[in-house]
Amino acid sequence: MPYILTVADLSKTYVSNNEALTVLSNIDFSIKKGDSVAIIGPSGSGKTTLLGLCAGLDRVTEGTITLNDIVLNTLSEDQLAQMRNQHIGFVFQNFQLIPTLTALENVMVPLELRGTKNATGPAINLLERVGLGDRKNHYPTQLSGGEQQRVAIARAFSNNPEILFADEPTGNLDAETGTYIEELLFEINREKGTTLVIVTHDLDLAKKTDQIVQLKGGKLFQGEI
Amino acid sequence: MAWRDSRKSRGKLILFIASISLGIGALVGITSFRENLMREVDIQAKNLLGADLSVDGKSPLPDSLFHEFAKLSNAESREVSFASMVLFERSQATRLVEVRALEGEYPYYGEIETLPISGSKDFRTTGQKALVDEKLMLQFDVMIGDSVQVGKMSFEVVGKIQRIPGQSDVGNSVAPVVYIPMAFLEETGLLQKGSRINYTTYFQLDPAIDTTDVYAQSRDIVEAAGFDVDNVEDRKKQTGRAFRDLSSFLELIAFAALLLGCLGVSSSIYVYIKGKIQIVAVLRCMGMQARHAINIYLIQVGIFGFIGAVMGCLIGVAIHLFLPEIAKSFIPFEINPTIYWPAIAAGLVIGVVISILFGLLSLIGLRKVSPLATLRFGFESLKIQLDRPFFLIIFSILFFLYLSMYWQLKDPLNALIYLLILLASLVLLYGLAVALNWLMKRLLPIKMGFVWRQGISNLYRPNNQTVILITTLGLSTTFLAMLFFMQDLLVQRVSISGENERPNTILFDIQTDQKEALKVLTEEYDLPVLQEVPIVTMRLIEINGLNKEMAEEDTTVHFPNWAFNREYRITYRDTLIDSESIIEGRWQGQYNDSKDSLYISVSKGYAENLHLNLGDKLIFNVQGALITTYIGSFRDIDWRRIQTNFLVLFPTGVLEKAPQFHVLITRIDKNEVSARYQQAVVRQFPNISIIDLELILKTLEELLGKIAFVIQFMSVFSIGTGLIVMISAIILSKFQRMRENVLLRTIGASKAQLWKIISAEYFFLGALGAFAGLFLAIIFTSLLGYFVFEFTYVPNGVHVGSIFLLVTMMTVLIGLLNSRSIVRQSPLQILRSEI
Repeated sequence: MPYILTVADLSKTYVSNNEALTVLSNIDFSIKKGDSVAIIGPSGSGKTTLLGLCAGLDRVTEGTITLNDIVLNTLSEDQLAQMRNQHIGFVFQNFQLIPTLTALENVMVPLELRGTKNATGPAINLLERVGLGDRKNHYPTQLSGGEQQRVAIARAFSNNPEILFADEPTGNLDAETGTYIEELLFEINREKGTTLVIVTHDLDLAKKTDQIVQLKGGKLFQGEI
Repeated sequence: MAWRDSRKSRGKLILFIASISLGIGALVGITSFRENLMREVDIQAKNLLGADLSVDGKSPLPDSLFHEFAKLSNAESREVSFASMVLFERSQATRLVEVRALEGEYPYYGEIETLPISGSKDFRTTGQKALVDEKLMLQFDVMIGDSVQVGKMSFEVVGKIQRIPGQSDVGNSVAPVVYIPMAFLEETGLLQKGSRINYTTYFQLDPAIDTTDVYAQSRDIVEAAGFDVDNVEDRKKQTGRAFRDLSSFLELIAFAALLLGCLGVSSSIYVYIKGKIQIVAVLRCMGMQARHAINIYLIQVGIFGFIGAVMGCLIGVAIHLFLPEIAKSFIPFEINPTIYWPAIAAGLVIGVVISILFGLLSLIGLRKVSPLATLRFGFESLKIQLDRPFFLIIFSILFFLYLSMYWQLKDPLNALIYLLILLASLVLLYGLAVALNWLMKRLLPIKMGFVWRQGISNLYRPNNQTVILITTLGLSTTFLAMLFFMQDLLVQRVSISGENERPNTILFDIQTDQKEALKVLTEEYDLPVLQEVPIVTMRLIEINGLNKEMAEEDTTVHFPNWAFNREYRITYRDTLIDSESIIEGRWQGQYNDSKDSLYISVSKGYAENLHLNLGDKLIFNVQGALITTYIGSFRDIDWRRIQTNFLVLFPTGVLEKAPQFHVLITRIDKNEVSARYQQAVVRQFPNISIIDLELILKTLEELLGKIAFVIQFMSVFSIGTGLIVMISAIILSKFQRMRENVLLRTIGASKAQLWKIISAEYFFLGALGAFAGLFLAIIFTSLLGYFVFEFTYVPNGVHVGSIFLLVTMMTVLIGLLNSRSIVRQSPLQILRSEI
């Protein structure tokens, strides 16, 4: 099976007050199309930084990232945005819904950004798929945390991404809702054949994935989980 | 604690300071300007009249009256003034001016300022010398030493008039003045029957004499003889009244700026305090009482209000230095600005008190902040309850605003009216803003493009203060628009209505023996004689058997003073013209039988003013001959039509032999023909005056433009405050904006799309504000037109459209400029929840 994401010799250094701080160094790994992958590690190990780099939200200091045969290092800001819109979906720990839009409108946003004429139909289908067909006209403040995250999942899948990055998707939810959200993510992932990359502290969740990338002190760590 | 807590938030309060300072600045500036103006009126009171006493009328002051005043005076001057054409001989240009023939040393106080300075003395010495208005000389390229023809006489120009006692530049541009020596007046040949001539005599009284006493004692006698007497105090009052009206309007604008500032203060403190809820909850957890928490922020608001007020006072001082400069064209004297300390003290008090009162509106919400908010982060909001403390604060705000207004206007009723007008405007605008906001959400089609829809939905973002912004933008727009609309209204009121072939040139003071020759001359220039009207001057002696004295004693009748005092200019003809129609009674165009009753027609307005009915008897004195008439009909007259319209109309067969003069009306399309024709008329008939209506309209527009400029200058402050409130709202909702934009960027929005969304948001905001403001301005102008000017106001589409575009575009521009840092945020921040 071909790889959708290849990370080669990746390093990331931040410079602040003339002091360099390397948060990731010499990272190498690849993810096959359709696989599910967990990025785990203790706080400050560089998980979120790695996710941001892989998703084209930030730029590497050294090394290359190739996503769907596109080398991200050479793309401009707007090309990166276009690439995210066409190939990537996101689910965040704190949901990140736009409070001024209804659930339906939130799900429609990625489609509308790419200029899809009739975004309503697919968006309603997705909301129904996550069990919120009857809440489509509600605003985020009128939804519970679990419901907001389901809307966020519907939004993440609305542009049929080839890869979905989820940053602690159950971090703000209770155990029961968290489990439901996990199952939903994996189900849709299987249905649509989307590659799933999850940053998590939850080892049980990590064990459900096909591959685990473990970080410690900004480096890949091959040890017992 | 107040100081420590403010350390990290001072930047957020800069705009709050700015809105207070602009409002206070406008108020302090206007108050200081008004006080300087009134002080100058006091200081220069004598210069306004140029003498201790003046008596003027339509005929020379009789010797008996002259000697009564002369007994008390050290010096006397006579002035005869009238409208006449002059011809500048070098350029052959002609112009209608006010000719003033002067004899004596007038003015006794102040001077006729000329260039060269000696000009004002030289023209009174031997020889045919004249002083000419400076702007007129500039316009017609007239040099010192050139000749100007006045009537049949030619005068050498020996000085440019720069300032005349009591007269402003604006007054001069309506009727530019040419002074000539009285000795040559007779020889000009301009004192013919029919000319509207004013005779003024100036007296410089003995310093030991109380001029107020002389004025009081002589007024009745002089007025009974048909003359007006004026003294320094009277002139001072007239001048003061005129400027008080202007400064009152400017004060209204300044107060609007302050009110907008208050709104800005109120909304920015609300959002500021909302961000402090967690801190207050923590402090309350630790045992702090609610009132102590309120005090912390009250002290902050008071201190920043004081800083804003100090800055406002500095701005006010700058305004009061600058205003006399831009208003100088219609102030008849120079103003030496000095700081008016009471205005500064009041500015400081108003600034601090208003900040505290408007701040309290939000701060009382802190009473209800529960310590539980520490556990339920993000769910606690600032709730303002409509309870007793809330209404107490509202009452205090209204009362304080009234006191401030009263301090400004020194008139309790006017202060109340002004305050009610402003509050009603605000309430109306707020209602409109809510309604428009609601309608926008409901009615806009879902099929609109994403960018537009997102732009609109941003208007409903938390902390966005959309309704407050629409209200403030709306109020600023209302003031700006009302200025233009009032100009439109006044210009429409005086502009010429009628067909395309409307007349535009009126020749008057034509003597009977000149009538035919003038007609021939007019036709030689291929100009149409559209109307040729005889005019007979007369006075009204009796109404229904009551003469002036009897009418004054009879308390059952109420005739206005002018009914018997004015000189009536009346025409006779057998048919009606198209600007008039009979609305009651019957028009009899010919009078054949001298034994029959003579029926005349009067205008509807005249009949209403004098409470006249059909069949009422009026006796006129026509140059010594008494004519008894009866009212046969009432006419409705369109006074805006360029026709010679008359209050009283006689039939033919009565006045043909009476002394009369004539008016001729024509239309001249080309400026060049108009100039040549006017030159020919002035050369051949020096006594005939020509009114060029296009020139009059142009002068009027220039005049209104000058006044509007001063008002626009002050409006900048209310608009400025509105914009500051907007910038403040953008900054206060920055967190939310960044979050949305970064999120959109993360899921693939390009920078161009983000800019478009922001532009759409501000476009709608500006458009709604402009719409609400224009709507209110049109209503106010229409009401003003209907009730004050008795005229239906028709909005000028170009002006409405221009203001709409200006306000909308300005809002978009300011919005975009302030959103640059928001668009620049990196998408990675969303993962780190750094925003």
